[in-house]
Amino acid sequence: MTAVVDVERAGTPAPPAPAAVRRPRRRWAKVVRFRWLLLMMLPGILYFLLFRIWPMWGAQIAFKNYVPFLGIQGSEWVGFHHFQEFFSNPDFPRLLGNTLILAGLSLFVAFPLTIVLALLLNEVRLSVLKRTVQTLVYIPHFLSWTVVVSLTALLFAIGTGPLSSFLDGFTGTETNYLADPDWFRPLILLQTIWKSTGWGTIIFLAALASVDQEQYEAAVIDGAGRWQRTWHITLPAIRPTIIVMLILQTGEILNTGFEQIYLMSNALNRTVADVFDTYVYFTGIQQGAYSYSTAVGLSKAIVGLVLIFGTNWLAKRFNQQGIF
Amino acid sequence: MATTQLPALQPAGRPPRRASRPSTQHQRFNTPAGRAFDVVNVVLLVAVGLLALLPFLYVLAGSFATELELTTRPFFLWPHEFTTDSYASILSSTAFVRAFVTTVAVTLVGTLVQLALTALMAYPLSKVELPGRRTIMTVVVFTMVFSAGMIPTFLVVKELGLLDTYWALILPAAINPFSLIIIKNFFQQLPQELEESAKIDGAHELQILRHVVVPLSKPVLATFALFYAVGIWNDYMSPLLYLNDQDMWTLQMFLRQVTASASLSAQDMGTELPPPAQGIKFAVVIVATIPVLLAYPFLQKHFAKGMLIGSVKG
Repeated sequence: MTAVVDVERAGTPAPPAPAAVRRPRRRWAKVVRFRWLLLMMLPGILYFLLFRIWPMWGAQIAFKNYVPFLGIQGSEWVGFHHFQEFFSNPDFPRLLGNTLILAGLSLFVAFPLTIVLALLLNEVRLSVLKRTVQTLVYIPHFLSWTVVVSLTALLFAIGTGPLSSFLDGFTGTETNYLADPDWFRPLILLQTIWKSTGWGTIIFLAALASVDQEQYEAAVIDGAGRWQRTWHITLPAIRPTIIVMLILQTGEILNTGFEQIYLMSNALNRTVADVFDTYVYFTGIQQGAYSYSTAVGLSKAIVGLVLIFGTNWLAKRFNQQGIF
Repeated sequence: MATTQLPALQPAGRPPRRASRPSTQHQRFNTPAGRAFDVVNVVLLVAVGLLALLPFLYVLAGSFATELELTTRPFFLWPHEFTTDSYASILSSTAFVRAFVTTVAVTLVGTLVQLALTALMAYPLSKVELPGRRTIMTVVVFTMVFSAGMIPTFLVVKELGLLDTYWALILPAAINPFSLIIIKNFFQQLPQELEESAKIDGAHELQILRHVVVPLSKPVLATFALFYAVGIWNDYMSPLLYLNDQDMWTLQMFLRQVTASASLSAQDMGTELPPPAQGIKFAVVIVATIPVLLAYPFLQKHFAKGMLIGSVKG
C-alpha cells in the first residue's frame, strides 16, 4: 500500500536543499503536489472560462458595430455610440420607469411581507403546524414561471376564471385582466408574492432560531408585552440578516426576472410591461441588434454592480455588517 | 477568507444558541391577549398555507372536468362530472409526448453533468492549500455579482455550435456559483482524518472523492441534484433562446404554447381530432407540475439543512 504513495512521490522532483529554495520553485512543487486535484478541477475551470468569462470578453461588442461575418475582433470600434443611442432613445425613460416601479413593488411590498410571514411563523408554538405551513408555502418557489403564468391565465380567464369572475362581480363588467395594462403590475406583484414570500422566510427563520432566548425571559420579567419583545428583541436581532437581504435585493433592482415579465407581456400591455431584460431580448435576439442590446445589458449590469457595492458601503457607514 | 463567505445564507452576528425552556416559554404567552393572538395567528397562517396550494388544487380539479363545466362553473375543487378526456387528448398528442420525453431525458442527463462538474470543482477548492484557490474563488464570486448578460452569452453558445442542441440547455448553467460554494464549504468541514487515512491506504484523490467524500455528503449532494433538476425542468429562457426547431421543444415551451393560445388545431398538437380547448390547458399545467411536486418531499427534507450547513463556515 505504501508503494502507491511512493509511486506518487516518484513523479515529483527531489526537494531542493532549503537554502536554495526560491519562491517560483516552491510554487511549482506545490502545483505538482496538487496536480490530481488541479486536474479534477479542469472541467469546472473550463466551464467558468467558456460560459462566464468569455461572454465578458465578448461584451466588448457594446463598443463596436458587431457584424457576425467579421467576428468580434474584426468588427469596427464605435466607442459609446450605442450607449448614447440608448440613453437618448424615447424608450429609455419608459423602460427605466417600468423597471423601477416593478422593483419598488417587490422591495416595498413583497420583501416586508416576507419578514412579517417569518415573524408570524416564529410565534407559532405548535411545531407540527409550523412545519406544515412552511412545507406548503415553500412549494410555489419550485414551480416554473411558465406554470405560474399559466395558472394566472386560468384563474383570470375572461369571464370563466375563478378570480376574474369574482372581480367582475364587483365591477359589473367583464374585464380581460391579462391584457389590461392597469392590471399588469398588480398581477406581477401578486405572482411574486405567491411564488417567493414563503421561500424567502427560510433565511429569516434561521436567523430567528438563533435569537438568545434568555433575552425574552428577561424581557418578560421586566413586563414587556409580545409586541414590545418583537420590536425590541426580535427585530434588532435579525437586523443584520435584513440588511444583507436588502443589499442583495438592491443589486437586483434592474433585474426584473426575464421569464416572468416576458411570459406576462403581450401586444396590449407593452407600454407598462417592457423592462430592460425583455428589451434586450426583443432588440438583440429578435431584431439582431447585437451590439446595441449588449450595450443595454451592460449598462444594466454595471448599474447593478454599483448599487450592490453602494448599499454595502452605506450599510458599513452606518455600522452595520455588510456582505463584502 | 473573506471571498468564500456566502453572504445571503450567513446568519451574521449570531449569538450563542441556548436551549429553549418550554416551561418559561409557556408562561410568558399565557395571557388572554396572548392566547387571542395565537388563535388569530394560527388561523391566518393556515389560510396562507392553503392559498399557496389552492390555485394548484383548482387546476387539478379542472383537469378532470368536462369542457362545459369549465366554461360554466367559475370555481370548484371537485368536478360534477369526472372525465379523463383532457389527459387522453394530450397523451395522444405527438407534440406533447415528444416534449415530455425530451424534457425527462434532458433533465436526467443535465442533472448528472451539472452535479458532477460542480462536485469535481468543489472538492479541490475545499483544500485550503490548493495553489490558485484564492484567484479561482474570487472569479467565482465575481461572476455571482456581475454577468455579461443575455446577448454575449448567446453569442458564445452560438460560437460553440451549441444552438439547436440540447447541450445549450445544460452547459451554460452547468455550475451554479452559489451551489458550488455551499458544497465546497460542506466538503471543507468534513473530518480531514478520514481523507488522510484513505490517503495513507493509498487511495487516489478521485477515489477519495468517490468513496469517502461523496458518501458522507449524500444529503447535500442529493439536495443540489434536485435543485439542478428542478432548474432544468423549469427552464424556459434557455429553450426560448437556443432552440429554434419546434420539434426540439421542451415541456415548458409546449405548455406556453398551449396556455397562451385561444384554441389549438389538431395540427399543432399532432393529434387526429382538435383537442378540448380549455381542459387541455389544465391537464398540461398538471403534467408540467407533478414531477416537481413528486421531487419536493425529498427536497424539503434536506434543503433547509443542506443550505445552512454549508453556509455557516466561511
